[in-house]
Amino acid sequence: MATEILMPALSPTMEEGTLAKWLVKEGDTVNSGDILAEIETDKATMEFEAVDEGVIGKILIAEGSEGVKVNTPIAVLIEEGESADDIAAPATAPVAEAAPAPAAAPAPAAPAAPIAQPADLTPDWPAGTPMKQQTVREAIRDAMAEEMRGDENVFLMGEEVAEYQGAYKVSQGLLDEFGSKRVIDTPITEHGFAGIATGAAFGGLRPIVEFMTFNFAMQAIDQIINSAAKTLYMSGGQMGAPMVFRGPNGAAARVGAQHSQDYAAWYAQIPGLKVAMPYSAADAKGLMKTAIRDNNPVIFLENEILYGRSFDVPEMDDFTVPFGKARIWREGSDVTLVSFGIGMQYALEAADKLAEEGISAEVIDLRTLRPIDYDTVLNSVMKTNRCVTIEEGFPVASIGNHLSATIMERAFDYLDAPVINCTGKDVPMPYAANLERHALITTDEVIAAVKQVTYR
Amino acid sequence: MAARKSTKKPNVSADELKGYYRDMLLIRRFEEKAGQLYGMGLIGGFCHLYIGQEAVVVGLEAAAKEGDKRITSYRDHGHMLACGMDPNGVMAELTGREGGYSKGKGGSMHMFSKEKHFYGGHGIVGAQVPLGAGLAFSDKYRGNDNVTFAYFGDGAANQGQVYETFNMAAIWDLPVIFVIENNQYAMGTAQARSTSTADIYTRGEPFGIPGEIVDGMDVLAVKAASEKAVAHCRAGNGPYILEVKTYRYRGHSMSDPAKYRTREEVQKMRDERDPIEQVRDMLLTGKHATEDDLKAIDKEIKAIVNASAEFAKTSPEPALEELWTDIYA
Repeated sequence: MATEILMPALSPTMEEGTLAKWLVKEGDTVNSGDILAEIETDKATMEFEAVDEGVIGKILIAEGSEGVKVNTPIAVLIEEGESADDIAAPATAPVAEAAPAPAAAPAPAAPAAPIAQPADLTPDWPAGTPMKQQTVREAIRDAMAEEMRGDENVFLMGEEVAEYQGAYKVSQGLLDEFGSKRVIDTPITEHGFAGIATGAAFGGLRPIVEFMTFNFAMQAIDQIINSAAKTLYMSGGQMGAPMVFRGPNGAAARVGAQHSQDYAAWYAQIPGLKVAMPYSAADAKGLMKTAIRDNNPVIFLENEILYGRSFDVPEMDDFTVPFGKARIWREGSDVTLVSFGIGMQYALEAADKLAEEGISAEVIDLRTLRPIDYDTVLNSVMKTNRCVTIEEGFPVASIGNHLSATIMERAFDYLDAPVINCTGKDVPMPYAANLERHALITTDEVIAAVKQVTYR
Repeated sequence: MAARKSTKKPNVSADELKGYYRDMLLIRRFEEKAGQLYGMGLIGGFCHLYIGQEAVVVGLEAAAKEGDKRITSYRDHGHMLACGMDPNGVMAELTGREGGYSKGKGGSMHMFSKEKHFYGGHGIVGAQVPLGAGLAFSDKYRGNDNVTFAYFGDGAANQGQVYETFNMAAIWDLPVIFVIENNQYAMGTAQARSTSTADIYTRGEPFGIPGEIVDGMDVLAVKAASEKAVAHCRAGNGPYILEVKTYRYRGHSMSDPAKYRTREEVQKMRDERDPIEQVRDMLLTGKHATEDDLKAIDKEIKAIVNASAEFAKTSPEPALEELWTDIYA
């Protein structure tokens, strides 16, 4: 039976090409893999190989022909014993097997509510729960220990997490309780151990990866994004990476540009990741436990300055905080302050001082940046009609920028002033004490922004 | 006992040898069909064919047992077929259809099968090496004796994360076999122009990882090496490196004109070292099979491959709702 040989597509973008040269002639016997012709694409001259065996019955397109469309019949292959005369007139149009036309229907939009929905305002713990004072550092350690007790597949790996008890002492005591099988010191090799941990998660374990700081996770960011975040999607849901990448993020104090960067907005951009950035010890504990149980890769952004701060933490058997639920720290009526992580310190200080001047600020802690609790922010802005965002990261493509755009799209008519984003300055972090103070966000800047949006 | 002149005296049964012939032929014919569908515009983007390298995966898989894991780069079609994944599902993923292993969302370079313990299909050169060591870590953590085959090319062997992984695999005794598929060209760059070491497996020596060179055009040599490496890993002795010398007949991807080597070089390899022809000769000269037996296998393979192409053409495109699924578990 005669088969048509079609003009091939030889690159991802090729639609037509030049049939530069035939390397076979009519009557030649060809085998699979034999080179039939040379074809020029826009990038290169390519050799075109036979797939089927047979005899070249007829050459339909002469060599030197330009602009030959992909899938045009260029020759006819016949079987041994067949005659070229038997060939019916070749079809001139591309065969029906060509790639289907792109679907005409538009892609469905991302599921998103057009206006704010009632926010989840349930308290994080029942009224009357006894509380204890605990540092953020202790809260994170307790969260990890509780989850490791509950699930044999949870383990911690990172630089100095075991025998040294943690570079920032977050993993203190864990080696003693869980042993070296589950609390693992790694060499200084972030790219490698992030990849090994991600592979272990593919294999069904639930790793917690400590980066000594998130600055060093830059070495590992390919594994975090290309491997951990995308595999569930690329595998059609077959396998993903249930794991936590955690460590201090943002500026500490006087450690210069390479050790002082807030990555919140970077990771929050990636579909497939979840991102938590707690401020208080209670949130650090509750969110960490949720992160470890989550079946997705979670970026857990801690802060060195906050590690030693003490907060009330509920004394409960199993205290967790859900992702995607912001916390309203104080209610107010004149302006909405939205922040997360250490930015909350400036937001709360500013709210105290503004109250003395008679300005009532509502302060919202986002707590997680992916998912993000838009509804709580929008409901507040619809009430106060003004908004200032506060974060330590760089100003370009910041979380504040994203919130501003969301508020504009979904609550534009409620705004009485443009939203202002208070951020770190658009400079690498300087070392000098006075310059560093100016590079970071300050409470005074938040107060000035509030006065600007309230026209005071 | 006097040494035999021929090393080609295979200590395998006729059925086993026929099995290798069949498995390699399936990969070859499948890849030829994939190339054809690419030419017709049914397969898009990048498509890296495995033709010429068939003996590597077929030989390696000969020593695997249930529960063993495998992971590789973007040149992954052969690995999937060799570990028993359904040709229909692989081909339909190449055409981006609902019936593909990743529902059409992964494509040629990103395919997975939890059932067959195939962990991809990775498009970032070298990234699969620490991931593979991590899979091995999970088996060691659980205390079973499964091993992981982590495949990478001579090009990936120059990525830093490979050596970060060698170091950790060695200090933690991970049951991982690093399979360097040395096809001599990192895309268009010959090994001698990119790699300071002639024998790449020797790069494991400073880490204390044993390794050896294997003739990757000889499926029985690969199988023997695989058995040795697997035994080493299963016994808890840590990682092992196999540098398997092979050759890809086609370009790096479908759009590579392969001007960095001569047509004669490729032809010589095809004529003298072809892995499928070698087994075919063994079967016929050893009277393990007749021409008719082999023709029957050829026919069976052709039917499987044609059916996979038909499935891949007729399986519908994924529903548009699929755009928004599988982002979070």
